[in-house]
Amino acid sequence: MNQYEVTFVVDPVLSGDEIKSTAQTYIDLITKEGAEIVFTDEMGLKQLAYPIKKRTTGVYYCIEYKVPNGEMISKMELAFRRDERIMRFLTVRLDKFGVKYNEDKRNGLIGKKRADKKSKDAAKETARKAAPVKKQAPKPVQKVAAAAAAPVVAAAAAKSEEE
Amino acid sequence: MASRDDIKFLSNPNIGSQRKKYCRFRKYGIRHIDYKDPDFLLQFINEQGKVLPRRITGNSLKYQRKVATAVKRARHLAILPYVADLLK
Repeated sequence: MNQYEVTFVVDPVLSGDEIKSTAQTYIDLITKEGAEIVFTDEMGLKQLAYPIKKRTTGVYYCIEYKVPNGEMISKMELAFRRDERIMRFLTVRLDKFGVKYNEDKRNGLIGKKRADKKSKDAAKETARKAAPVKKQAPKPVQKVAAAAAAPVVAAAAAKSEEE
Repeated sequence: MASRDDIKFLSNPNIGSQRKKYCRFRKYGIRHIDYKDPDFLLQFINEQGKVLPRRITGNSLKYQRKVATAVKRARHLAILPYVADLLK
């Protein structure tokens, strides 16, 4: 059971319904060949990096599917080649890391760095919010500590300025 | 007596020393490179859309190959240009 991913670019000149029906025909074709569709990503209208057939934009679709043997791929690619509405297509077999990556992407774990930071920040903020509620009594102490810390910081700043 | 912090240099002593390059894929445990993500791939190509050498990116050979493949796939799908000028 291999997992594959096919990305294709649909001609943007077609009307919205036609574009959708084009994508749907290929989804149907894939399912008809006994494949199990894992995910369909409509990446939407995008600017092309270079013109294809005098078009400067394209509608991107990405279908991820599982299939026991890869014989249907040649059929599918033949259909892509014959179809004038398809500007580009690319089929790729995903290795285990690719499968994991796509799963994570769907679950919003990728864009990792930003997401991680956000979640960490969120955690910190909740911690901050939670902290004063729990520690109502030692609050003045914290303030004193902050006050004590402040002059030190100021002094440090002054030092660095002197330098 | 002047303490160590007060010593000033006429020139920046850090200028000569080069920062050690590293493979970001190995360091951060990135195992898969997505060809559909142009922003990420843009880090590995120059202004003309050429793949940067390992000498500059510091990638390990395994991941440099994967980067190259991903860039080529992206080019085919018009996500990245084959030739460009002032890409960045």
